[in-house]
Amino acid sequence: MAERLLEVKNLTTDFHTFRGRVRAVDGISFHLDKGEVLGIVGESGSGKSVANLSILRLIEQPGVVSSDGVLFKGRDLSGLDARSMLKIRGKEISMIFQDPMTSLNPLYTIGSQIEEMLLLHTDLDDKGRKARCAELLAMVGITNPEERLRSYPHQFSGGMRQRVVIAIALAADPCLIIADEPTTALDVTIQAQILRLMERLVSRAGASMILITHDLAVVSRMAHRIAVMYCGRIVETGPKRMVIKSPAHPYTRGLLGSIPRMSADQRRLDPITGMVPSLLDLPSGCAFSPRCPRSQPICERGVPPEIKLDGGRSVCCHFPQLENL
Amino acid sequence: MINYIIKRIAHAAIVLAVVSVVIFCLTTYIGDPVNMMVSEKASAGTRELVRQQLGLNEPLPVQYWIFLKNVMNGQFGHSYTYKIPVIGLILERLPATLEMVAVSIVLAVVIAIPLGVFAGAFPKRGISRIIMASSLFGASLPTFFVGMMLILIFAVNLGWLPSSGRGPSSVVMGVRLSINDPAGIRYMILPALTLAFANLAMLIRLTRAGMMEVMRHDFIRFARAKGVSERDVMFKHALKNALIPVVTVFGMEIGSLIAFTTVTETIFAWPGLGKLLMDSIYASDRPVIVVYLLLTAVLFVVLNFIVDMLYTIIDPRIDLR
Amino acid sequence: MPSRAETRGPSNPSMLSRIAASEFTRDFLSNPSAVAGAIIIVFALLVVLIGPHVVPQNPYDLKEINLADAYKPPIGFAGSSLKFPLGTDNQGRDILSSLVYGCRISLFIGIVGVLISCVVGTTLGLVSGYYGGKLDSLIMRIADIELSFPSILIALFMMSVFGRGIDKLLIALTAVSWVVYARTVRGDTLGVKAKEYVEAARVIGLPDRIILVRHVLPNVTTSIIVLSTLNVGGFILAEATLSFLGVGVPVTRPSLGLLVKNGFDVLFSGYWWVAVFPGLFIMVLIFGINLLGDFLKDELNPRLK
Repeated sequence: MAERLLEVKNLTTDFHTFRGRVRAVDGISFHLDKGEVLGIVGESGSGKSVANLSILRLIEQPGVVSSDGVLFKGRDLSGLDARSMLKIRGKEISMIFQDPMTSLNPLYTIGSQIEEMLLLHTDLDDKGRKARCAELLAMVGITNPEERLRSYPHQFSGGMRQRVVIAIALAADPCLIIADEPTTALDVTIQAQILRLMERLVSRAGASMILITHDLAVVSRMAHRIAVMYCGRIVETGPKRMVIKSPAHPYTRGLLGSIPRMSADQRRLDPITGMVPSLLDLPSGCAFSPRCPRSQPICERGVPPEIKLDGGRSVCCHFPQLENL
Repeated sequence: MINYIIKRIAHAAIVLAVVSVVIFCLTTYIGDPVNMMVSEKASAGTRELVRQQLGLNEPLPVQYWIFLKNVMNGQFGHSYTYKIPVIGLILERLPATLEMVAVSIVLAVVIAIPLGVFAGAFPKRGISRIIMASSLFGASLPTFFVGMMLILIFAVNLGWLPSSGRGPSSVVMGVRLSINDPAGIRYMILPALTLAFANLAMLIRLTRAGMMEVMRHDFIRFARAKGVSERDVMFKHALKNALIPVVTVFGMEIGSLIAFTTVTETIFAWPGLGKLLMDSIYASDRPVIVVYLLLTAVLFVVLNFIVDMLYTIIDPRIDLR
Repeated sequence: MPSRAETRGPSNPSMLSRIAASEFTRDFLSNPSAVAGAIIIVFALLVVLIGPHVVPQNPYDLKEINLADAYKPPIGFAGSSLKFPLGTDNQGRDILSSLVYGCRISLFIGIVGVLISCVVGTTLGLVSGYYGGKLDSLIMRIADIELSFPSILIALFMMSVFGRGIDKLLIALTAVSWVVYARTVRGDTLGVKAKEYVEAARVIGLPDRIILVRHVLPNVTTSIIVLSTLNVGGFILAEATLSFLGVGVPVTRPSLGLLVKNGFDVLFSGYWWVAVFPGLFIMVLIFGINLLGDFLKDELNPRLK
């Protein structure tokens, strides 16, 4: 039985804005085992980033986070005091942000920003830290590490900056890494490189990862399990192969169906009709019902229940589809 | 880098030339030097003689040229009122102004920056709103009113501090200072505070605005995700970024600071350059006015230059090509 | 699903009712400092308009003052008189009345000065931004030079050359404040110039001045409004400072600043009311203007929304 690393129970995040309450995350629950890679897939506005920031308690006013428990290695993160959270962040759980251009402080050298992690979370002495910084840069594939430590962020390209961010995230040997759209802001040619790097480093360290993305290709490569989010709710979870081969939720089907395929003989792509609704004005019942090709009156009346399927899958739908794609 | 410096210096020289012409021409309309130099009973013949000696009958461009040549030679003329070389007069008064300005800058920075950092990092808290309201209030206070009220409260009513003049001074390294004397400091407190006031409000608002702008950036959130404590996030990560616009504007505002010393020194009868200027204006002492303004112009050009250079040091992203 | 705004009917509500219902009014009414600022300004305007008819005397009419009334303290202190609620100065002039008349002058200089520098600065800015080229370089060069020196000092110098007087004050203050308008308007103009509808207007042959007035100017108004409001306060402050130093308004038409100066001269003799009340008035006035100006600045700034 794999060791359960993270258990999120009924996480909700509200933003109280002038225009009203925006429920960015609506009572989601998921878990992550040791050594696993969980891919969280969804479009912009689905709540995937907010959910993970909420776990680390990085949501600021006017956001309010509530849950029945965010258990990390058995401890409830939501109840910890601020100082204990500081020890968790960076050391036990670290994050990689989407845009490497803005993640690094422009006024400090790369070296000092990596060293900061070591200063905060390790006992290394001055020489030890410098050595480890160079080691980390080399590990993420940056040549001439000692020299590059003295450079400033603006002197690096996007891909290299993201490598530095990865180095920072791994510096204190965390057991969980949350990567929020780590390759979205990069050139397509670089994306594959960075993904391969992350895959290698995470498995080598024996760490677990939550990989947040809107790109199904990324998830299909790296994840062990997938959770699909729509409008703040998790609509489907399951092992990667099953979710991709036989998605049970119409939204997941739609996402997969709108990917152009080399093999099949397609004349036109099958996009999902309609647009993602504004979180200020969500449809009643199932949030996806206005766009769903299979919706019935009951879909608009009641929030769909969570149905557990075999193989460790679950889906939130009144009429889940059980056939293969 | 060298090219940039040369270009800036050339630019500065042109500015100075233009400004000097303007100053020189306009001051010819202030008062009548002849009246200042001869007694009222002098005859028309004597007056004409004096006019010729002073070169006042020459056409304006020639007068300017003579003036320029004198300046190049280090001859800045003599004050009509004091009858001593203007340069001597200015150098005599300079330390007084400098020490007061220095103290007021330190006061302003020490008070304003922490307040601004706090208000910028926690903009919605009650204390921050109070800080901002007070700074807006402070910005509406005319300097002369502040000075006056300080005198009224602390000097006239409470009698704690002296209301005017400079305290006992002694010569340190060839310069006459009063800051090294505790009695001297007593005289300096109210004027320095008045001057600091003028800048407090602006510094607080600038620092706050800079902080608010910076706190929104991703690297702040990333620093938090790294486990950096909130205090370090504010003072190590955010502040350095927030200070960039502060330094720029403050550099430009040092000008106003110097202008406000005029008011402050007049109110407190502080024997510095500001008071010298006002006294000279009242007395139509042309040479002093011209030289004072010229030196001020030089000061500003140099100041702007330094601020530009400082800017490039603080922000490594600035590429001078 | 259409939001509430989109489902409003096709009617054409009047401008006034649109303003009243707009977000601007809502934000304004819910912001206590903005409302306070507006109240102060309205009060000041009332003082200017109605004041002379209400106060006991015209302090600058020699027939109405009496030396025997000199140095009466304000109400609440020994020796005061109900006729002079805020006391009198060294010539027996009622302080309250002096405040009213002084406020007129201060506000006059503030408002008229801002209007003039706004017109001058905006015109130069429009021309500079729209036509570009050598004219633009020249204007911006002059602006840069002027900006490298503190404006108060320039104004001080000019007034010492000109001598005292309200018209000279207006000239001097305009000469230093046009720059801010010109720069801002130029920036806005450059932004608008790049937009297609200006290109289109040119293509169909509209003459430049019509383009400037009809297309460019409306986009520039927001900045002008914000600048002007804050500038009125700045003007009043500058004038007060110059008058205090004795190079501002003439003695016959004292502004609030000059009143403070008069009071300052007798401060040490214990007659504090002569200086404090005009000073307080200036302070409150400028504070009110800054409050409102601050609100407008935040409100009309599209980026912060």
